[in-house]
Amino acid sequence: MSATAKKTLFKHPSHIFIHALLIIGAIFMIFPFIWMIMTSFKSEDEILKTGKAIVLLPDQLRPSILNGEEDRKRIAEHERQKALFAAQTASGTVSRKAQKPFELLDNYKEAWSAQPFYRYFLNTFLTAITITTGSLIFASLAAYAFAFFKFPFKDQLFLLMLGTMMLPQQALLIPDYIILSKIHWINTYMALIVPWLASAYSVFFLRQFFMQLPKDLFEAAMLDGCTRLQFYFKIVLPLSKPPMVTLGIFSFLGTWNSFVWPLIVTNDTSLRVIQVGLSYFASEAGTRWGPLMAASTFTIVPLVIMYFLAQRQFVESQAMTGMKE
Amino acid sequence: MFNKKQTDWGAYGYLVPVFGIMLCFQVLPIFYSLAISFYRWDLIGEAEWVGLDNFARLFDDPMFYKSLVNTFYYAIVSVPLSILCSMGIALLLNNPISGIGIYRTIYFLPVITSLNAVSIVWNFIYHPDYGLLNKLLALLSLPPQLWLQDPFWAMPCIILMSVWKGLGYNVIIFLAGLQNIPKHLYEAARIDGATWTQQFRHITFPLLSPTTFFVFVMSTIGSFQVFSQIYMMTPRGGPLKSTLVIVYYLYQKAFEKFEFGYALAIAFVLFIMIFSMTLFNKLYVEKKVHYS
Repeated sequence: MSATAKKTLFKHPSHIFIHALLIIGAIFMIFPFIWMIMTSFKSEDEILKTGKAIVLLPDQLRPSILNGEEDRKRIAEHERQKALFAAQTASGTVSRKAQKPFELLDNYKEAWSAQPFYRYFLNTFLTAITITTGSLIFASLAAYAFAFFKFPFKDQLFLLMLGTMMLPQQALLIPDYIILSKIHWINTYMALIVPWLASAYSVFFLRQFFMQLPKDLFEAAMLDGCTRLQFYFKIVLPLSKPPMVTLGIFSFLGTWNSFVWPLIVTNDTSLRVIQVGLSYFASEAGTRWGPLMAASTFTIVPLVIMYFLAQRQFVESQAMTGMKE
Repeated sequence: MFNKKQTDWGAYGYLVPVFGIMLCFQVLPIFYSLAISFYRWDLIGEAEWVGLDNFARLFDDPMFYKSLVNTFYYAIVSVPLSILCSMGIALLLNNPISGIGIYRTIYFLPVITSLNAVSIVWNFIYHPDYGLLNKLLALLSLPPQLWLQDPFWAMPCIILMSVWKGLGYNVIIFLAGLQNIPKHLYEAARIDGATWTQQFRHITFPLLSPTTFFVFVMSTIGSFQVFSQIYMMTPRGGPLKSTLVIVYYLYQKAFEKFEFGYALAIAFVLFIMIFSMTLFNKLYVEKKVHYS
């Protein structure tokens, strides 16, 4: 078993070289994330410790066998303070100056309570889900019409829609802001959601897919007295699961990571989304790297989990849509 | 023959949601913004007609020139660097080796994460006193740098981080392009005794050129719109405005100084630049592209 595994690992001598290069690249790609997670478990003392050594593992997670002389001293000191603090708390003699010694999840607790992050998560999740489902429904309806119906100005309307894909988003930011403020939508969920419910890209993508569905099926169904909406719900939607999932992931990801738009159209804390909240936290926390890394970690984690769950679909569709132009 | 009868007037009903929103937030705003760029307006006061003044002001604005230079610097370094690295990685991944799925996942990871979160992480890596980069330099006995606080290093730092962030996306696209190249071409070349370099020059590179062109055009457009990482990593445009790029300047003018007319003039210049560059690429660069 292991022999065959070895054989496939290095089918050719040059493969060792290829693996070496790829591993160096992979380390460069993934190390910032490892560094982020490790730092999020470190105390301020550990992070701000100057000195030559690069310490990856936080004190509290490092097996004691790896500890040097200095580390042992620092950890012993930390243990002593912890015991002292516990004793003081028990006897109720904690002096106001005494700081609670660092515990593993302290950075996460500090970051989580520094800003109403639960609210930001809720807002982001709500907008992302609404935009994803809403834009998929609207886009699939329009794509259905473009793919199956005959109506005047069909080609012109389709071209107009493709044209909007080329508009520069920066040029739209300002007039959109003015329009939203005129209709009093600044600082509302409407401003976060409604402009993103129309996605020309999704319409285009789905129309390409619907065009591959047999037209005869549609005509036969119409002759049998099936209504257009029935055909859409009973035939088209069930058949178009793969492209819908792909677009759904794109749209969810895009909304989760969107920053500039929510930054501009909302300034109320209760409406803030995660990326804007993170940037506020970053400017507030300054150089409190521990909590900053903790906050970065918990904003990234939901996406990474989603990525691993939908990975195959994701990478393949990414490649596919990337090539379509 | 019964086409006329079959005209589906109901179709417009299906189009209304998408087109309604597009009209309100994309099509009309473009015309609206063209109009605003002829006014001086801070949104609250009266708009004052200034004709082409906003555009004329651009030519005398040293900060605008600075932002142009910085944007070009970013584009000229980051686009080729990203293309070279991602093409190289894709070529390596295109071999029949094991663990491709794992590599692909790792290289793609930065793409799915938000620019804001990774900007914070890289801010820490670049920190002059506690950052990883200076610690690595110290290991090699090299002098520490100020990185993001240094007018010389700030832009290279932003570029390195941006290339890292976007690399995986291009790798996947190049990989798809490589897999479209017919295998029998390589077999024939091998029978004729062609070396790896010869195969690359005469098969891989020309047949990959449509993909390279696509990546080049998209990356160029994206590089002219760089904003988030600048905003997060070098607030106020960096040391000596060394990372002040066009979109950041536009953002400052519009949403900090409320000079909407002027900001829109900047937006239009940016649009014309991107548009003409894409047109140039389409007309001249694409001639060198080999379509089968």
